[in-house]
Amino acid sequence: MDYLLTDEQKMIKELAHKIAEEKIRPAAAKYDISEEYPWDILKVMADSDMFGLFIPEEYGGFATSVFNLCLVTEEFSRACGGIAVCYAASALGTFPIVLFGDDQQKKKYLPDLAKGKKVAAFAITEPEAGSDASAIKTTAKKEGDHYILNGLKHFITNGGDAETYVVIAMTNKDKGARGASAFIVEKGTPGFTFGKKEDKFGIRASSTRELIFTDCKIPASNLLAKEGMGFIVTMRTFDMSRPGVAAQALGIAQGALELAVKYVRERVQFGKPISSFQGIQWMLADMATEVEAARGLVYSTARMVDAGIKDVAKESAMAKMYASDVAMKVTVDALQLFGGYGYMKDYPIEKYVRDAKITQIYEGTNQVQRSIIALKLIKEMAK
Amino acid sequence: MNIIVCIKQVPETTEVRINPETNTLIREGVKSIINPFDMYAIEEAVRLKERFGGKVSVVSMGPPQADAAIREAISMGADEGYLVCDRAFAGSDTWATSYTLAGAIKKLGQFDLIICGKQASDGDTAQVGPGISTHLNIPQVTYVKKIEEATDKIMRVERMLEEGFEIIETPLPALLTVVKEINEPRIPSLRGLIRAKSAKITMFTQKELDLDPQQIGLCGSPTQVVKIFTPTPRIGGQILKGEIPDIAKQLVELIKDEVN
Repeated sequence: MDYLLTDEQKMIKELAHKIAEEKIRPAAAKYDISEEYPWDILKVMADSDMFGLFIPEEYGGFATSVFNLCLVTEEFSRACGGIAVCYAASALGTFPIVLFGDDQQKKKYLPDLAKGKKVAAFAITEPEAGSDASAIKTTAKKEGDHYILNGLKHFITNGGDAETYVVIAMTNKDKGARGASAFIVEKGTPGFTFGKKEDKFGIRASSTRELIFTDCKIPASNLLAKEGMGFIVTMRTFDMSRPGVAAQALGIAQGALELAVKYVRERVQFGKPISSFQGIQWMLADMATEVEAARGLVYSTARMVDAGIKDVAKESAMAKMYASDVAMKVTVDALQLFGGYGYMKDYPIEKYVRDAKITQIYEGTNQVQRSIIALKLIKEMAK
Repeated sequence: MNIIVCIKQVPETTEVRINPETNTLIREGVKSIINPFDMYAIEEAVRLKERFGGKVSVVSMGPPQADAAIREAISMGADEGYLVCDRAFAGSDTWATSYTLAGAIKKLGQFDLIICGKQASDGDTAQVGPGISTHLNIPQVTYVKKIEEATDKIMRVERMLEEGFEIIETPLPALLTVVKEINEPRIPSLRGLIRAKSAKITMFTQKELDLDPQQIGLCGSPTQVVKIFTPTPRIGGQILKGEIPDIAKQLVELIKDEVN
């Protein structure tokens, strides 16, 4: 389907495609096995200016465009969902600074992030605060011109490898959700250490670690926005980043579909390529249509965000939920088309199933997304 | 360091089809790319520029669409592009091509180094690089796999041989042809692509270059392509036996028979 991309968007997509095919795809299996952080590939992305796509021009980027971020994340994810998320998670960690940072904070942090010299991460999740983000226990206590952070974050993508973290902590527990605040914390700050690295089912190239804060003293100037705005920072950030997660799911689905179409044309049974069988053809047709429908949702939502439309919570939730459900279904069907070979690690397709699964879970489970969509519908009708 | 890189736009496929009537390549419907060996030349030039400063100028002789190849080189970090393009240059063989490119390079003025890929993937002659150095009367080192040392006066390089390599030191300016072992060409940056899109490519036609009309294009090309065919594999062969003087006599007789 032609999405009438501008020349600049085509240029960005083609460049991301080139990086994906020449650098990411050949390394995907290696990093899936080793679980090492793919620094060499992030360097290529950085040298190609890919980290500048979500940062304003005045801070060394190419203007913040969620649409461009989606194009790039989709292309990277076609080749490897794990390596792609190292990139996309840096965007997630950068958005709060882009959206809420004051000029000094932006000047200090954004140029290095735009060049890809540093990678960012966003930290809200805790062992007992997943979907229920208001249950977070990490605290930030103001003492003079500093805050003292204490607590534990877990499942943090890019944790340990990122240099710049945006951390949500409670500045006033009595106020519940309104008592949370967002802080920029640099790696290497005394009292800020890392816990265990998770051994994951999929997206194994990306690192997922615990962040541990023990009397971690950070300057008060590292507070983003104002005290009590932590959840607003989080929600606005997720509105920007959810299309990116949807694009990751879309890319994984597209990548699996392409591998499946290629395979069924080559695989001969009963004297014919299995692509000549109607049962196979109908599966392919459903897969392709669902992927295209997901793309329509993702691109439209990204365009809404870039157009500055304020309330995109419903559309963002739809795009993330639908694209990730499609990714799960399409990757499983693609594996089915590979038959017994698909179940073996010698073939690349099983990795797509593993990489797809997380997209239904993180940045709000698909159940939470459905709740967001439904509540919006009911509210709209009540107006 | 002022570096000139000569590049050629070639069809992407390695299975080029040939028009049996004209004995020329069928280019229609085949995507064009920068000759893969020239990518290493561009990369090495940009790396030298990043180390020593200066500029990288890219020169290509070809039809107007070779503009895209020059822009791609600029997206990788080259500074300027020159397209040598005129109907009068059509049908040039390696002699006329190297003569014409040398003429264009003279026009660019002072330079320290010229880098070419070892050969083009379509013609596979490996003659144009050495031809340019001959026309410009500067030293050449072919099949370079590593630049060991470079100053503004000399360059010491490793040159690939069939078995092993040799180290050669050459005064500058000089011409190098490079092999794929020398580096890994970079992926362009977005900034590079944006710059390349709007870069001004200077066009050199016959008029702008000081060239002998007898040495350009088809009429300036001593090579005549008479026939193109895939050689049939050699079968068997004859082994001559006996003392060397006898073998020599037998061989002469056999050649005479073959000629007759």
